[in-house]
Amino acid sequence: MAHRKPILDRRKVVAQILERRGDALIMPGLGAPTWDCAAAGDHPLTFYSWGGMGGCAMMGLGLALAQPRRRVLVITGDGELLMGLGSLASIGVQKPRNLAVIVIDNEHYGETGMQPTHTRHGVDLPAMARAAGFRAAGTVYTAPQLKAWMPRFYRQPGPIFCSIKVTTADAPLVLPVREGTAIKHRFREALLGGRAYE
Amino acid sequence: METATRPPTWPLDIYEVFKKAGIRQVAYVPDAGHSLLIKACHADKAMRAVCLTTEEEGVAMLAGAWLGGERGALLMQSSGAGNCINMLGMINECRFPLLMILTMRGHWGEFNPWQVPMSQATVPALSAIGVTVQTVDQPDEAGETVAAAARLAFSTGRAVAVLISQRVIGSKAFGK
Repeated sequence: MAHRKPILDRRKVVAQILERRGDALIMPGLGAPTWDCAAAGDHPLTFYSWGGMGGCAMMGLGLALAQPRRRVLVITGDGELLMGLGSLASIGVQKPRNLAVIVIDNEHYGETGMQPTHTRHGVDLPAMARAAGFRAAGTVYTAPQLKAWMPRFYRQPGPIFCSIKVTTADAPLVLPVREGTAIKHRFREALLGGRAYE
Repeated sequence: METATRPPTWPLDIYEVFKKAGIRQVAYVPDAGHSLLIKACHADKAMRAVCLTTEEEGVAMLAGAWLGGERGALLMQSSGAGNCINMLGMINECRFPLLMILTMRGHWGEFNPWQVPMSQATVPALSAIGVTVQTVDQPDEAGETVAAAARLAFSTGRAVAVLISQRVIGSKAFGK
């Protein structure tokens, strides 16, 4: 199958998704997705990650199980998700209705010299998610497709999975708070109030 | 005359500690030594028992659980400790509480030589990434050790691993 060149801009895509966040809990993967979420506007209910590669979707699962009434959006990269492919199976079995896993897929390892990832060579993450038991999965290449998916991210019974193909165009670095304990505390305080420090 | 083998009681002692400590999410990669505890957690409607494909998934999952206000526990065999190391770096940096219960292989009366290297590396590897390690050498120590580990983990925001000796579990018998 011929390669289809991505045309969407990652910053615009993530900003459009987060415009509608409401009271959703956002779990960005390390690297560019964390910078994208920071660029869209700092928020205490975004758990920026600076490490733990391969664990983002499972962090989303633990959070979604703990907070079944809140929507949880994992927004991660193709390299990060590829490191934790088994988590698709673990999530597919648990079937959390409030979890959406979104991959901002530029088909490259952007932080380490733009080496192509497996998705550049045709590895189909949504097909894997569907086979693992996600209730819906698909790929977005165009703005109209993104528009059609937008309500699904927040409302369609999960787990849902969407790979959004984006270009490798440089985006300015927007770095959020770095210290892990600070990110954790402000997230829990915003979500749990006084229970955060019990 | 031989007496019939009774199922051990220490796994249910751990389960009772989980109940008292308010554990809601139990993530595991199966081990024979944990089978009774896993069964008890699956049967409990107030707990969510989650089977993983690899142990590090559980480290990440329970970090997410804590962010959402729930306590969890991670069950594995000692060979799984090595799979967790980088993810435990995140636990360390963010000071997430994490309660891990490891059943030892490659240790007391082991038959399988391939189990020995990771067994020998379990304590140094966990210690190197900042996990506090506590051991259970006798079945009747399991409950109180896990209770103490849970308090340490959740009250001080740290990762604590309880290692259950192969002497407690019994060596795996091949060909039986």
